Amino acid sequence: MTLPVPTEPGRDAAASRASSTAPPTTDDASSPSPAGTERRRRGRAAAAARWLAGRVVGGVVVLWAVATMVFFAIRLVPGDPAEAILGGPGSQASAEALALVREQYGLDDPLLLQYLAQLGRLATGDLGTSYSLRTDVGALLLDQLPGTVVLAACALAVAWLIALGTAWWATLGGRVAAAVSSGLEVVAAAVPHFWLGSVLVLVLSTQLGLLPPVSTGTPIGLVLPVVTLAVPVAGFLGQVTRDSLLDAASSPFALSARARGESTSGLFGRHLLRHAALPGLALSGWAFGSLLSGAVVVESVFARPGLGRTLLGAVTLRDIPLVTGVALVSALSYVVVVALGDLAERLVDPRVRAS
Amino acid sequence: MSVLTDTRPRRTSPPRGRLRVPEVLAAVALALVVVAAVAPGLLAPADPLAVSPTDAFTAPSLAHPFGTDESGRGIWTRMVHGAGASLSIGVVATLIGTGLGVLLGVAAGFGGGRLPGRVADVAVSRLLEVMFALPGLLLALVVIAFTGPGALPATVAVGLATAPGYARIVRSQVVRVRRSAMVEAAVVLGRRPGLVLVRHVLPNALAPVVVLATLGLGQAVVWASSLSYLGLGAPPPAPEWGAMLSAGRLYVTSAWWMTVFPGLAVVLTAASATVLGRGLARRGGGAS
Repeated sequence: MTLPVPTEPGRDAAASRASSTAPPTTDDASSPSPAGTERRRRGRAAAAARWLAGRVVGGVVVLWAVATMVFFAIRLVPGDPAEAILGGPGSQASAEALALVREQYGLDDPLLLQYLAQLGRLATGDLGTSYSLRTDVGALLLDQLPGTVVLAACALAVAWLIALGTAWWATLGGRVAAAVSSGLEVVAAAVPHFWLGSVLVLVLSTQLGLLPPVSTGTPIGLVLPVVTLAVPVAGFLGQVTRDSLLDAASSPFALSARARGESTSGLFGRHLLRHAALPGLALSGWAFGSLLSGAVVVESVFARPGLGRTLLGAVTLRDIPLVTGVALVSALSYVVVVALGDLAERLVDPRVRAS
Repeated sequence: MSVLTDTRPRRTSPPRGRLRVPEVLAAVALALVVVAAVAPGLLAPADPLAVSPTDAFTAPSLAHPFGTDESGRGIWTRMVHGAGASLSIGVVATLIGTGLGVLLGVAAGFGGGRLPGRVADVAVSRLLEVMFALPGLLLALVVIAFTGPGALPATVAVGLATAPGYARIVRSQVVRVRRSAMVEAAVVLGRRPGLVLVRHVLPNALAPVVVLATLGLGQAVVWASSLSYLGLGAPPPAPEWGAMLSAGRLYVTSAWWMTVFPGLAVVLTAASATVLGRGLARRGGGAS
């Protein structure tokens, strides 16, 4: 199994799980007595509660750490925070204006006090005011979030379709198909989003006039951004999916299902699909990262409003509250997405549920 | 033999030692990029910064095989001279990433069951979790928000962004090797921990890192060029692939060659690194 640089917590565990060769089976009903069923159900509820609690605590710790690192990073870099609030060193702010900002933002207080005040504000959901836009960061991000979520969700769906499709084709089509799809995956995974986006615009919009070059908000305007975002992710997903599909297709349980008279599509849908999807699901945190990083680029290429473009603008203008806000939203989404991926893995693979 | 294509036995992959065509092609492509980086004058004798307004926006021709940009500078010349900047950003970022990854991974994995080791493990693992929560370009962008744009900040930012992935792998490798009989024997024989680490654990734990670094090099080049494209990396007049693409962005409809060719260079470099990395992995580098 060859993976992209695996940057996924729980991957090690997932790999060791996947290495046990037993195929997924439904829950074994070894003790049919009502008391046993009751005990098992209670045990399962407790396990689910423990799982949820662990996720919530882990998520809060991650958010706290992100907030802390960002807070102290501002103090570590050279430059006056008050000056940054007024638009950076180029702004030529007067001494009175600087003093006013220091007073207003409490920048003369002891560092620890500032830190605790900042954490207190964050805990109540107050993300502060953007330096560059002078608006409430929380409201701004809520406004920008749906665009990015729609883009990323569509791209993820398309990426899975492409990955499973090519894996299926590579398994069925023999050596030539396997070689071609493997080559396509490597190239797809290596293509930078911004270049793919530009080339697609060049060919499909400028030359053929089929699709709008900028995202217009209509479904048709979503096609190019979604495809651009999906292709590199599909390249990575395809690599892991194909390997695991090939493994499953040549395992004894596939042969026995075949011997029972299972059709090719039935074998794929009922037996192999679970195996093919597992390594991809274990990489869901990684896929999320790729989609979100890609969104920064894609939203900028297609002039689409969203979190990514907001972050890019904030980084360019060094708007620290806005950067902090996007970082916190991204970290929170990451924790949620990894939990969902874990949940999906449990649904697909009974071995994970049993352990 | 697969039950899906069971008409004839599937030929398994060729023997380990044999060279495959894609790997040879990838090696040739990377060698070309390295030559361009080390001695650009060999492949493109012209000056990449010399402005010649009368030649602006000429389509690909014999004199300018990949066309010219808005100032009449040859795209081919600038691509060749840009290889050094783009490749070194990728290589340095990968070195930063792997270096930091090895440091963190060893700190987390080598301590073992005693208390200081466990504390280090928990602390590093938590730190990695936080870094994973700002995946990919996000961490790089947050770093640049503090440092300001530029080639050096972009390099460091990409290096930092790739570090947690390496750290996780190194940690699991170090833990695996530390539990081996060989290390146990060395400890029983009274070797000092530092010596055990350098002589036994690191040589065995780092093999997969070499493979992953080769795979990661492509990713680092792509990310660095993305940052340049977004205007956060190398500043525009420099012939760097991402910066060239960023300049071509304004003229994408009228001068397609300004966008297509530098991008192909990025894709070619990244794909070659991936193919070579997978080849190394198959030859028993040890990754997965």
